[in-house]
Amino acid sequence: MTDVVETETRLPPPRPGGLRGFASDWASDQRTFKNVSWGKAMMWIFLLSDTFVFGCFLLAYMSARMSTSVPWPNPSEVFALHIGGQNVPLILIAIMTFVLISSSGTMAMAVNYGYRRDRRKTALLMLLTAIFGAAFVGMQAFEWTKLISEGVRPWGNPWGAAQFGSTFFMITGFHGTHVTIGVIFLLIVARKVWRGDFDTQKRGFFTSRKGHYEIVEITGLYWHFVDLVWVFIFAFFYLW
Amino acid sequence: MVNIPSSINDPIPPAEVEDVELYHPHSWWTTYVFSQDAKVIAIQYSLTAIAIGLVALVLSWLMRLQLGFPGVFTFIDADRYYQFITMHGMIMVIYLLTALFLGGFGNYLIPLMLGARDMVFPYANMLSYWIYLLAVLVLVAGFFAPGGPTGAGWTLYPPQAVLSGTPGGQDWGIILMLSSLILFIIGFTMGGLNYVVTVLQGRARGMTLMRMPLTIWGIFTATVMALLAFPALFVASVMMLFDRVLGTSFFMPAIAEMGAQLQYGGGSPILFQHLFWFFGHPEVYIVALPAFGIVSDLISVHARKNIFGYRMMVWAIVVIGALSFVVWAHHMYVSGMNPNFGFFFATTTLIIAVPTAIKVYNWVLTLWRGDIHLTIPMLFALGFIVTFVNGGLTGLFLGNVVVDVPLSDTMFVVAHFHMVMGVAPIMVIFGAIYHWYPKITGRMLDETMGRVHFWVTFLGAYLIFFPMHYLGLLGAPRRYHEIGESVVNPPSAHDLNVFITVMALIVGAAQILFLFNAAWSLRRGKDAGGNPWRATTLEWQTPTTPPPHGNFGKELPVVYRWAYDYSVPGAPEDFIPQNEPDPEHRSREHAT
Repeated sequence: MTDVVETETRLPPPRPGGLRGFASDWASDQRTFKNVSWGKAMMWIFLLSDTFVFGCFLLAYMSARMSTSVPWPNPSEVFALHIGGQNVPLILIAIMTFVLISSSGTMAMAVNYGYRRDRRKTALLMLLTAIFGAAFVGMQAFEWTKLISEGVRPWGNPWGAAQFGSTFFMITGFHGTHVTIGVIFLLIVARKVWRGDFDTQKRGFFTSRKGHYEIVEITGLYWHFVDLVWVFIFAFFYLW
Repeated sequence: MVNIPSSINDPIPPAEVEDVELYHPHSWWTTYVFSQDAKVIAIQYSLTAIAIGLVALVLSWLMRLQLGFPGVFTFIDADRYYQFITMHGMIMVIYLLTALFLGGFGNYLIPLMLGARDMVFPYANMLSYWIYLLAVLVLVAGFFAPGGPTGAGWTLYPPQAVLSGTPGGQDWGIILMLSSLILFIIGFTMGGLNYVVTVLQGRARGMTLMRMPLTIWGIFTATVMALLAFPALFVASVMMLFDRVLGTSFFMPAIAEMGAQLQYGGGSPILFQHLFWFFGHPEVYIVALPAFGIVSDLISVHARKNIFGYRMMVWAIVVIGALSFVVWAHHMYVSGMNPNFGFFFATTTLIIAVPTAIKVYNWVLTLWRGDIHLTIPMLFALGFIVTFVNGGLTGLFLGNVVVDVPLSDTMFVVAHFHMVMGVAPIMVIFGAIYHWYPKITGRMLDETMGRVHFWVTFLGAYLIFFPMHYLGLLGAPRRYHEIGESVVNPPSAHDLNVFITVMALIVGAAQILFLFNAAWSLRRGKDAGGNPWRATTLEWQTPTTPPPHGNFGKELPVVYRWAYDYSVPGAPEDFIPQNEPDPEHRSREHAT
């Protein structure tokens, strides 16, 4: 056991850029990713893990769809809405996708205002993002209801391979759960921003740690990820 | 280029990492039960894992009794036998080994060895344990559910896993098993994110990645792998749960049961096997890599010599981790696949032997001309090397398609994986407990009892599993409740089965001695002092033993060297702690 030595410190030399900088960051002490907080690092790694979850879901779906010996229902017809006397293919999905992508835009603005410490605008934009998210989940509920009323079930449907219904409900359900969790987090964080918890250094209810405005960005990371996943689900499920 | 201190003359870089905002408990409940301190969580994880492991041990006894004395113990009918197999395998692989290495040793050692106050997110860390406990309780609930636990084999292959012919298939067994797995994965993710972020972003000043003890490298790499491999098991469990509960057909082909056509159709059992083994093979290394890391440290400390080829050891761990994601289908040679895939997976499997062999050579070269102290941790470490080499060599047999096909589903496979991922990691767990128990409790485990425990366990485990290779080569199939006398089970083979059963009972009973030792030494063990093994790593340099809340004193340690400065020429002692600033700059560390 050695005594505590004098911790006389000196500023480190400026970090080199490019590949050398990358190597020196990894060879350095304390932190591998300089300027990345713990919370942000954790969210990135969690999203990597979650990517594998969605990747496995989508691969399982593709494997089922490619190996099925009965015809796969035509998404353009199944997901069409009867509007003004004619079937408009994929119209609901197009609106849902538009809403969700727009919510990514409002989220990005919220992050921007968060770093400017503009509590009002940050909270309102997060609230708007949450409303978009809730609208998305609402439209998804409508789509589920419509398909269920047409006879689609997890174990079968009137048009072809039973795996259509099972993969549809499983993957959109799992994604919808992610959106719902995101909406809840957005509302919680928006409330904290509105109250000014991050300015008054109020401690969290569960963790009893002080919060930072960075949580807005971390919530944003999750939200953008959920959007990105939707783009893949949209491409592989509805457009294929 | 990099500003890290190596001697007292070097400037110390400023602290980049904020101090963990520790939660200071106010009551007995928040100190010992709902604790956010990684050390307490580690002990909770370990005790829970060991408790459920004892259940699995008893199950293995019951299986051996049936195999050694078929027909004598009538309560072990075919259904129960399969339930015992399933629960034994699942508990040992996931709820014992994974939880103990990552949740137990990971929680205890990562903050201490890295010079951190705690894990970066103590609250999530606490949740991780309680969800793990819930997963264990759901698993145990299977024993009390109508129809008992599932008997589908630990691989839970569909379609049989959800059919009524399999115990628990149409009862609660399979539902509880899958739910428990899903809970385990959620809980593990919370802990795993903590371990990874702590290693990457929460180290002490001077602690570079290439100065970390190999224990941390092993646990870190295994955790990253677990975060990428468990998703596949999660997805497979969710889908099979839907097959069972909602009547979907993800994994269920059109199938008739008892003459009646079932509602299922169009699903792919092979898809489950791919998902399962995409998790299942990395899982082998999730268990093995922490063992590799810990055993490297045990050997270095107790041979008083720096680890041979530290950088190669690190890269071997990383390469093994990466390769293990592209070998999964070697578990599926007999499932049927394109021969080109068989060729690919056999090749990748055999390539893993290269980094693994590097590790074994480096362990042996560390021992070579070392000052070997045959302490109990060292004995277990040596036992590990022997067992692991043995199991690794039979792995080379099974990795080849043409050799695997006749050996598949024989006792040879049972012998192989028990050697390589059963006995070998358990040897390391025992070694690690004997090694770190003094730090955790402040007292030494009793030496005499420890020696008896080691020799009975090591020799006994060999006597259990070595003859099984022979049974497998004879053709004795695994997973059979009763073989009867046949060409693959001559009377001589039956005598061998009796022998194996007796040895299994003895080895199992020897663990009672270990538990007694652990309980007895808690009060009456020899006082350990702060650093009984004279080791260099930071966990031995704490101000008090057991380490206080917050691990270190007012100021966190500054690291001046790697973890392996043993017997450095010219140094006053035969070890130099990692936080020892040495004006003469003595070290065997290679420049990074």
